[in-house]
Amino acid sequence: MSGGATRREVLIGSGVVTGSLVIPMALGAGRSKAAGVPSVAGNAWLGVNADGHVTLAMPKTEMGQGILTTITMIAAEELAVKPDDVIVTIADGDAARFAPIDQGTGGSTSTREVWLPLRTAAAKARVALVMAGAKQWGVPLAECDAHDGAVVHTASGKVLPYAALVAAAAAAPLPTDAPLRPASSYTVIGKSHKRLDGDAKARGVAEYGIDVFVPGMKFAGLQVSPVFGGKLANVDEAAARKVAGVTGVIRGDDVVYIIGDNTWAVRQGIAAANAQWTADPKLSGTQHAQIISAVTAALDKPGFVALTSGDLDVSRKGAAHRFSASYTQPFLAHATMEPANCVAHVHDGECTIWTGTQIPSDARKAAATRLGLPIEKVTVHNRLMGGGFGRRLEADMVERCVDLAKQVPFPVKLIWTREEDTAHDWYRPAYADRIDIAVGADGKIAAWEHKIAGSSIMARLMGGAFKGIDDDAVEGAISPIYPAAARKVTFQQQESMVPTSWWRGVGPLRSAFVMESAVDELAHSLNADPIAWRLAHIDDPRAKAVLENVRDKSGWADKPAAGTGRGVAVIHLWETYMAAVAEIEVDKDHQITVKRVTVAVDCGQAINPSGVLAQIDSGVIFGSSAALYGEITIANGRVEQSNYNDYRVLRMNEAPVIHTTLIESHEKPGGMGEPPNAIIFPALANAVFAATGKRVRALPLQKGLEAA
Amino acid sequence: MSVTLTINGEKRDFDASPEMPLLWLLRDVARMTGTKFGCAAGLCGACSVLVDGTRVFGCQTPASEAVGKSITTIEGLTQQPLGKALISAWDEVDVVQCGYCQPGQIIAAASLIKDNPKPDDAAIDAGMSGNICRCGTYPRIRAAIHRAAEIHAGEKA
Repeated sequence: MSGGATRREVLIGSGVVTGSLVIPMALGAGRSKAAGVPSVAGNAWLGVNADGHVTLAMPKTEMGQGILTTITMIAAEELAVKPDDVIVTIADGDAARFAPIDQGTGGSTSTREVWLPLRTAAAKARVALVMAGAKQWGVPLAECDAHDGAVVHTASGKVLPYAALVAAAAAAPLPTDAPLRPASSYTVIGKSHKRLDGDAKARGVAEYGIDVFVPGMKFAGLQVSPVFGGKLANVDEAAARKVAGVTGVIRGDDVVYIIGDNTWAVRQGIAAANAQWTADPKLSGTQHAQIISAVTAALDKPGFVALTSGDLDVSRKGAAHRFSASYTQPFLAHATMEPANCVAHVHDGECTIWTGTQIPSDARKAAATRLGLPIEKVTVHNRLMGGGFGRRLEADMVERCVDLAKQVPFPVKLIWTREEDTAHDWYRPAYADRIDIAVGADGKIAAWEHKIAGSSIMARLMGGAFKGIDDDAVEGAISPIYPAAARKVTFQQQESMVPTSWWRGVGPLRSAFVMESAVDELAHSLNADPIAWRLAHIDDPRAKAVLENVRDKSGWADKPAAGTGRGVAVIHLWETYMAAVAEIEVDKDHQITVKRVTVAVDCGQAINPSGVLAQIDSGVIFGSSAALYGEITIANGRVEQSNYNDYRVLRMNEAPVIHTTLIESHEKPGGMGEPPNAIIFPALANAVFAATGKRVRALPLQKGLEAA
Repeated sequence: MSVTLTINGEKRDFDASPEMPLLWLLRDVARMTGTKFGCAAGLCGACSVLVDGTRVFGCQTPASEAVGKSITTIEGLTQQPLGKALISAWDEVDVVQCGYCQPGQIIAAASLIKDNPKPDDAAIDAGMSGNICRCGTYPRIRAAIHRAAEIHAGEKA
């Protein structure tokens, strides 16, 4: 193993930012000197240390999507170093340090948010070093450049490593303007790079939140009222304390915590405690069908208008063809491989937290609020995450942990059981959509009306500022790739007792399933080929290009074998264009198998092609699990699912073969975490229709097909 | 209560109940965190370890069942030729995403290759279907197992 890999293993393995020479400064600020050690800092989280190494504190969080590698590559390109030589650290929660970039990581925003500010800052640092070299040699700046961690004067062949120039560069004002590297000169961006955190993770030495050990730490588990709204009534504390290794029982309003010397003792203690609950009669009788009926019924309300153009009634007059249908999508759990967990130590008016979170700065704020402490008294040390998918965009694990930690004098590691995590997740909202499309005599879309109803995550987050339209829920629906003479999109909030939050694909996933199912149905009802119809109704050349690509690469024109079917979908979401053809097989017992998925993606400039392809595999498989099987249901006021036995996800033997074409582009980078997950839902629904002639409009597909 | 186990070739006494599943003994008592907690129900394979060379679910195996046997965790496997071949292949194919399931996947792959030095896709599917990956690294795991088998066979030749 190279020295670089060893150093990275230590940094990623511990995740601790110690001895880092990254100097916190305001964005774009000039220079810094700390403890007499000069360094060049392009902004608050990027620097070049006295040894000449580029140091980078991650402004975003790593949950598996590969952003740690992507962002490092962007910095490495602009600073002319190898990505393996950059000293990367996982940053604590610190909103001010990274502003205006939000540490919150979701919505496929990371690359898009970081792309320009990071390159701008890195270019300034590079030019500062080149200026220092040119000055030392007494040659014109234009004759010098940066290459492989050094400044070079091409004409004379002189070379000075960054280490020799850092002091001088740090002492001079940072350049106010520095040209960005042109795409034509890229040596890092656009070339596949192995994940920087891959080796340590494979070896089991990378540290996740759940792996944190703090001296004096105790282990803890919890049981929350299984029925929504229930309160803790009784606990057999004596029985719990009799379990060897159990050291404490702490009661909360809707929760009981068991503390012990190890997780095994804690789990036995939870069982022995035999917690009893007082039900909230308003909630404890709630059944799943009631919730879904209310969401569907909300479609009959007028809703809040998110988009309107043209006149629907006028455009519908004389329409040659009219299609309308309603679709429903269920609550979904995240089921991350690493169950919810958090370590916290509350003492002497301060709190230290170790956890893997997608929202390090918001989690810090949430803990401070919960504890009534000033924010500067709360430290959140972030860690790698064993999956995020939106689960770790909520601070509930931190809040529950500090609720417990403030009652004990020692640090405590709180770990959810898989069953608790499944039954007390923040679920993807259940949605109902109705879409009504009129096609004119000219074959063009004359009128397009789309009504959306469901829980509003934005309403919860915005409080009084919410005005009826959930910008996330309507995303995608208000920017379709199919032009129409008149269009109207509405949103109607409909809450239930089920807590809802972000789930990979977010609002646009809902939009994509509905819109791409609907146009597929429309094309079939017109006896048109679903790809040909789409191509005839899309203007955007980049959308057409990905669609033509999958048509040609998937064998779309070949007659599918008996029992198989192919379904297509195309999206332009998160500034990425993507098309997919899913080929499925349905056996005599109506069991669906995803055989092959052909994807074409134009995500603008791909930073790390290997990472883009990995995200496609990821989204296709994660999305297939949910589209085929995913559903959280409620019976008697509680979640019915508990573990991977009743919340089914794809396994190795069920995973499709995936062929992806990455279209080369130097356009602005688009997002990659969500799109493949969003596209696979409609592609699979359309494939089910192609294979069986049955249209499933209520997810999940397997259940829907069996009911059809 | 104490229990004596041989982990990665080292015999050690632990202050733990013999009933404690290996998963928690390894993580909380031995403080070896490469073995991961995923479901504690034998459903996901994240806690896989080798006992006398065969994969078991650490969450379903009481420490008492491993007494007198040889336990190999991811930390030990990666020091052995087969483990090194697997890590090389995993790195080469760039398998890892969130990475949380990967130590368990690699343990399962080691067990598979020990039994079947050149597994085909069907054998890989059968041998690996006890391990869940939520990031969808299955296609690359498949490719990496083929590559690891190749590397390992080359070393033995």
